[in-house]
Amino acid sequence: MKDGACIVGVGTTRYGKRGELFDENPVAQVREALDAALAEAGLSRRDVDGFATYSVEKLDPSVLAPALGIPAVNYSSMVHGGGGGGTCGAVANAAAAVIAGQADVVMVYKFITQPPHARFGAAYGSAQVAADPLSDFHRPFGLISPAQFFSLLFRRHMHRYGTTPLHLAEVAVSTRRNAMRNPKALKRDPLTVEQHQAARMIADPFRLFDCCQETDGGAVILVTSAERARDLKQKPVHIMAGAMGGDSLWGQGLTSQNQPEDLYVSAGHAHMAKRLYAQAGITPDDVDVALLYDHFTGMVILQLEDYGFCKRGEGGDFVASGAIRWPDGRLPVNTHGGNLSEIYLLGLTHVIEAVRQLRGESTSQVEDAEIALVTAGPSNLPSSSMLLRR
Amino acid sequence: MTMLADLAVLSPDATTAPFWDACRRRELRLQRCADCGAFRQPPSPGCPHCGSARSDWPLLSGRGAVFSYTIVHHAAVPPLAAEVPYNIVVVELDDAPGARLISNVLDVDPADVAVGMRVAVAWDEARPDVVLPRFRRAEDG
Repeated sequence: MKDGACIVGVGTTRYGKRGELFDENPVAQVREALDAALAEAGLSRRDVDGFATYSVEKLDPSVLAPALGIPAVNYSSMVHGGGGGGTCGAVANAAAAVIAGQADVVMVYKFITQPPHARFGAAYGSAQVAADPLSDFHRPFGLISPAQFFSLLFRRHMHRYGTTPLHLAEVAVSTRRNAMRNPKALKRDPLTVEQHQAARMIADPFRLFDCCQETDGGAVILVTSAERARDLKQKPVHIMAGAMGGDSLWGQGLTSQNQPEDLYVSAGHAHMAKRLYAQAGITPDDVDVALLYDHFTGMVILQLEDYGFCKRGEGGDFVASGAIRWPDGRLPVNTHGGNLSEIYLLGLTHVIEAVRQLRGESTSQVEDAEIALVTAGPSNLPSSSMLLRR
Repeated sequence: MTMLADLAVLSPDATTAPFWDACRRRELRLQRCADCGAFRQPPSPGCPHCGSARSDWPLLSGRGAVFSYTIVHHAAVPPLAAEVPYNIVVVELDDAPGARLISNVLDVDPADVAVGMRVAVAWDEARPDVVLPRFRRAEDG
């Protein structure tokens, strides 16, 4: 995998609040994001011959290829699971496909528009999910939404290590400050610790600003071989390492709540972290900027521990020290504003921000950023993550 | 806290039915590997620790402690608006180490729910055909 493939173009639709783009034609939205990515790369739609996606994406090549004028399809794959666990896995699949010679240019894509009755926050509340023997063990007890699943994990972390809601506030406030510098971000009002602490409770200890937005939009990321990338318009961003999976005892950890305690107080990413650093031949000290999937503030803290930026249990103190703040923190995190404050496109915007950082184009640019860590959503198995370098 | 009867429509299969059948008899039984002795929850056809397909379902005391909890203030679906705030607890059972149940503690002030709180099973006939293992604060707590 190492450095054999590159990201050569990224593009998005316009960003909308939840439901705002629901009535627009989904293929037209893909075209909008794809054309933006192709323009960056200096490629045309006729150059694209592969598709990689995740999270039960409904738009597949049977519809997209003819409508986009893509002449032939040589590769197509989707990572298992709902939610945002597959973001980096989809990019790694695209990289593997171009390195193996199965395809030349793969478009990684994800589009979300939601009607009012199908929002993620009520993932297990619908009648269809009732017909599931496994959800019988959580749904009847009112455990039906991601905020609730993750609040239970974080509560145990608080109990075991003394992590506090003020640590959550630091993640929310730091992320918002980054969003305020990003003109595309949907949430750019100032946010203070006091406002965070006074906001309504969702699932204790998570308050309103601990939970990400739900929004409409989509993104395309173009992956090709390092060899081909050399001749394209953009400075290539190299995929150093990609990991997809996790410890098997994590399993359905969010909905089962039965992972062993050392896993329970984590984001389930420690296994992948080891593989990433080994593949890339680097250590956490070499990472200049981290784009950590932030569906909930608490999971940013647990991922900082999983990826070895601090010891297990010290994530609260780590963020309280200012370590994740731009520009002076030891590890600026989510410099675009994240899912919390920029937009929630199931993690592809974290990949895009890593690319912008490594090209020197971020609105919260980390000076001389060379290596970026990107994570996909902590989720039931599998989740995923990757390391990129300029 | 009654929790909506709609949420308690169950869809057991051959693997999970022993749990729910026992609940209807007001017996708390969890699946245990018949080879390595590890409990697992929810039920599954294979032991995640040793791979064995053989299992049994020992009768448990129903006593345990709160491992983690949340107090839900935001109704994720509109019908739950009448239920908030409600607690969700993850219970570690005294005699089923390594397995936890997701449930609720009945008749408790949300401010009193805490990690480590002692609880005992309290059977709740949520629907005519469905008995759920909820919990009450235990005397030894």
